[in-house]
Amino acid sequence: MEGVNWIGVATLYRREVQRFLAVAAQTVGGPVVSALLFLTVFGVALGRHAPALGGVSYLVFIAPGLVMMAVLQNAFANTSSSLLVAKVQGNIVDLLLAPLGPGEFLAGLALGGVTRGLVVGMLTVLAAALFVSLPLANPVLCLFYAVGGALAFSLLGVVGGLWAQKMDHQAAVTNFVIAPLTLLSGTFYAVSTLPEPFRSIAYLDPVFYLVNGFRYGITGHSEAPPLVGILVVLVVNILLGILCHRLLASGWRLRQ
Amino acid sequence: MSDIAPPEALHPSRPLVMAEVDEPTAAIEVNGLEKVYPGAGGRAAKHALKRVSLTIPRGSIFGLLGPNGAGKSTLINIIAGLVRKSGGTARVWGVDIDEQPRTARAAIGVVPQELTLDPYFPARAALELQAGLFGIPKAARRTDELLEVLGLADKATAPARSLSGGMRRRLMIGKALVHNPPVLVLDEPTAGVDVALRQQLWEYARLLNRRGTTILLTTHYLQEAEALCDRIAILADGQIVANDTTDALLRGVEDQELLVDVAAPLSAIPNELRALGAMLATPQCLVFRYAQGSEVVDRVLGEARSAGLRITGVTTRQPDLEEVFLRLVRGVK
Ligand SMILES: Nc1ncnc2c1ncn2[C@@H]1O[C@H](COP(=O)(O)OP(=O)(O)OP(=O)(O)O)[C@@H](O)[C@H]1O
Ligand SMILES: [Mg+2]
Repeated sequence: MEGVNWIGVATLYRREVQRFLAVAAQTVGGPVVSALLFLTVFGVALGRHAPALGGVSYLVFIAPGLVMMAVLQNAFANTSSSLLVAKVQGNIVDLLLAPLGPGEFLAGLALGGVTRGLVVGMLTVLAAALFVSLPLANPVLCLFYAVGGALAFSLLGVVGGLWAQKMDHQAAVTNFVIAPLTLLSGTFYAVSTLPEPFRSIAYLDPVFYLVNGFRYGITGHSEAPPLVGILVVLVVNILLGILCHRLLASGWRLRQ
Repeated sequence: MSDIAPPEALHPSRPLVMAEVDEPTAAIEVNGLEKVYPGAGGRAAKHALKRVSLTIPRGSIFGLLGPNGAGKSTLINIIAGLVRKSGGTARVWGVDIDEQPRTARAAIGVVPQELTLDPYFPARAALELQAGLFGIPKAARRTDELLEVLGLADKATAPARSLSGGMRRRLMIGKALVHNPPVLVLDEPTAGVDVALRQQLWEYARLLNRRGTTILLTTHYLQEAEALCDRIAILADGQIVANDTTDALLRGVEDQELLVDVAAPLSAIPNELRALGAMLATPQCLVFRYAQGSEVVDRVLGEARSAGLRITGVTTRQPDLEEVFLRLVRGVK
């Protein structure tokens, strides 16, 4: 039996956090500002005449959606770009040579992504609170969904970063998969008001449950049974975790 | 450039992570190793290693030679865990790389052929990071010592981009040594390195070796292998074509050449000398091939004098590794 390389995991995690903090204006400041811009455009400019949604004002409705979008996108960006940049620069060998098993490797990397997602999310909540008063109905659920969502997209970022061989690939995944997923999962509208078949499709989208669950934690109004959301978060993370572990153990796109 | 110096600076102790592994007789042992790179995008698959078996004795400086594309890096990268083998087994410091991949990786320090540094990390930070990834606690790290020994102390905080090629090479070597591994693997450590630094790196390799580190290196400089390695294996087209001590390899080349310069140009080779296998290199120079240890030299000189030739010069040519190498490698393709 080989023991756990705790120092190795902690070092990798610290490296992942340092990487985004070193360029915080771009990795933290940028996403917070763009979330606020969305809030201004959709909430203040358009939403003034929009009807209340899900039992709250439009602004209060979309604010948690925007926060969750920032959390998910940034968690994804951290792991995928860390892996891709290391592959392109070649210094991925530093990690591959180190005595880190797939689980340890994944833990360090994914926790880094979760941290970036949560830091951006937290700052977005604080900034949004300047414009709109958020009730924060259930802080524990908020945290559960924020962490669960960040972890799921961190893991997705690992898959994306492993798959991508050049910047183009990563941009394609970000633009054609992650952006639509995070924009079209009930961020700006109530899924329950969609016409069929879009409404049924929306309920099949796991990301909707992340956004909706987080919104429920903030506003206290949910479009889906809360228990289903919790189950979705757990199942999605377990499946993605197993997938990532398998990919890393097999050396897919890392060890030739 | 500062020197790679004080020998006293290194810990002679074994790495912490390896404390529980008994010292094996073979530092590295590969058996029937196979590698086929799958063909992608229309390229044919490449059979890069063909049933390669090799034992690198503990305590040796082992040279792996071979022409471009022979499979040297492939072999090294499999041992390092960077490339997945297609078949066979590999053990590092007695540990099977499939059964205990992390323990095997902790036993080995690898400097890959390509220089890859994260430009974000200056030398000190890069060494600290690597030590951390290897699970070395802060108190047991040897960052300053490595910076000192590798002549990078004054560049400790300079951005990696500002380091010269030779400095980067040294930093890569430092990164491979953070965990004080019993086995150090260097893939072309002196490619693109100036003469002075090459000498320093040799010295450093010898020093580490005296301290008990087994070293496996690849090189295209045959003098380097001759000067540094006590054992040499030659890989050609994915197969081991020679594996012996450096001395034995050199002794193995039977043919020596004797060149005899004569005062007057010869129109024909005198019969007595023809019987000894003489050839004319130029009208004033006779060449004899003979097996090492035979008495040909004595006889040639006697016969030449009795044939009335005035000898103005005698030279012998010793075989060198280059000849051994070329002969063995030519035999393969
Ligand atoms: N990732 C890869 N995919 C496909 N073929 C590869 C790959 N890496 C190496 N090869 C092929 O395998 C063979 C052995 O390559 P390798 O890099 O091991 O040679 P080498 O002995 O290190 O050569 P050099 O002296 O040039 O460094 C070559 O034919 C090479 O083209
Ligand atoms: Mg090579």
